[in-house]
Amino acid sequence: MIHFENVGLRYGMGPEILRDLTFDIPRRSFQFLTGPSGAGKTTLLRLLFLSLQPTRGIIRTFDREISTIPRDELPMLRRRIGIVFQDFRLLDHLTTYENVALPLRVRGKEESSYRADVLELLKWVGLGERINVLPAVLSGGEKQRAAIARALIDRPELLLADEPTGNVDPPMARRLLSLFLELNRLGTAVVIATHDLSLMDQVDEARRMILSQGRLDIYD
Amino acid sequence: MTDAPQETAQDAQPARRLEMRVRPTAPIVPPSNVSGNALMLVIAIMAFLACLTFGAVNMVRATAASWQSQISREVTIQIKPDDALDMEQALKDVRDLALTFSGTRDGTIVDKAATARLLEPWLGEGLNIDELPVPRLVIVTINEQSPPDFAAMRVALAEKVPTAFLDDHRTWVDRLVAMARTTAFIGTGVLVLVFSAMVLTVVFATRGALSGNRHIVEVLHFVGAEAGFVASEFQKHFLKISLKGSVAGGFLAALFFAVASFWQGRSIATPQSDQATALFGTFSMGLTGYLGIAATIVVIAVLTTLTARFTVMRTIHEIDLIRSDPSRTDQLPDQ
Repeated sequence: MIHFENVGLRYGMGPEILRDLTFDIPRRSFQFLTGPSGAGKTTLLRLLFLSLQPTRGIIRTFDREISTIPRDELPMLRRRIGIVFQDFRLLDHLTTYENVALPLRVRGKEESSYRADVLELLKWVGLGERINVLPAVLSGGEKQRAAIARALIDRPELLLADEPTGNVDPPMARRLLSLFLELNRLGTAVVIATHDLSLMDQVDEARRMILSQGRLDIYD
Repeated sequence: MTDAPQETAQDAQPARRLEMRVRPTAPIVPPSNVSGNALMLVIAIMAFLACLTFGAVNMVRATAASWQSQISREVTIQIKPDDALDMEQALKDVRDLALTFSGTRDGTIVDKAATARLLEPWLGEGLNIDELPVPRLVIVTINEQSPPDFAAMRVALAEKVPTAFLDDHRTWVDRLVAMARTTAFIGTGVLVLVFSAMVLTVVFATRGALSGNRHIVEVLHFVGAEAGFVASEFQKHFLKISLKGSVAGGFLAALFFAVASFWQGRSIATPQSDQATALFGTFSMGLTGYLGIAATIVVIAVLTTLTARFTVMRTIHEIDLIRSDPSRTDQLPDQ
């Protein structure tokens, strides 16, 4: 589904943050992306999310070489990818329900067609009683779950999550992980960037992608 | 068997309860915030000033045109006294002669009493006009569109009454025309400056208000919204703001002129009103004035909407530029 070949990236004239990355993200796969702080995990996620282009190498996303994709086609490709930002990126004036429904709304869907799905997902992530609450009132963990729900709501083919369990307690982290696994069983490829070793230990069959000094090692 | 329907009913109950609690969907762009309210106020003030300037320039032009038209509607024939001249007969002859020319409409002899009133400020009351060698006047009204041949009239008058002198007010008319043109030119210049200031203020205020919403543009972009969708959401929002602001400003300007016109109408023939009328003309806006206000409102609304659209499109373009040029990443929050 995603293919990286000799990908390198540097910011301006600085040193290469990522070097010679060659790997695949197969369909229906589940992988953890880990490594020390500053290793380039967020940058790699941004490359996967099409919000950056590499300075060298080739990236193929959904069988298309990304350097050849016209700008106006990017939104359609992004719709196939769900992303959970580390800083959540919820809109402060929208309720939890409206934030989660946002991807469906921008696709032009009628509210009546997705209301039940959104409510069900919110219930599943433990926000069933917080649907009309604005983000300012939510705790860090609740914002995290709302951001995850927003990424999942349209059943993306690829889910990218940057430290998705960083702000939640262990029981909620396990619950969120089971949500990711369930989504994975339904066919979504999942990439979770995390420092949490205990989280990774809970999924034996997951691939481990370890970034260190700009290089990537993969353990299947 | 009996449990199943009960379970279904129980399941359906909370779902319905949750559904009932969802508030009406809020607009993607927040309906009001500090920058939006400030923008609305700026637009209202600029619309008020622009409409006021438009109305004032309109008024000055009308007044200047009216001065010009009033003075060029008349000519004066002056007859200097002479011992051998029968003044009253000469006045009649001159008037009749003038009226034989095509382009003249009416002739009025300024009688002795009126002449005395004219001289009253300099010579005082109770003046006996027969005791002084005072020139007498005949005022001839002419057709402004096709005035008579003044040169031929001068020759004919000189033949008939050698001391008669025709004053077609050309010097005054020329001066007034120049003054009216200068006034209208200055007025138009002021109008252009105020409109330019309005355009720039509205453009920069809109961009300022939008900069506070950049995070919304980014989130929409990253959840897969197309640039056109994002732009249309912001366009709608800024169209509402600009319409509210410009209609308020335009309405206040129209109200100002209506109140001033009402006051002028009520206090007609009072010194204050006469002075104001002499200085500014009449405060009536007329259809052109109200159309001008409506046009100003439309211009502001279109301007704000287009600025919002271009700014959003440019923001999205910048996000895409950052995508293709990682060295620009510092312009976005960490992802």
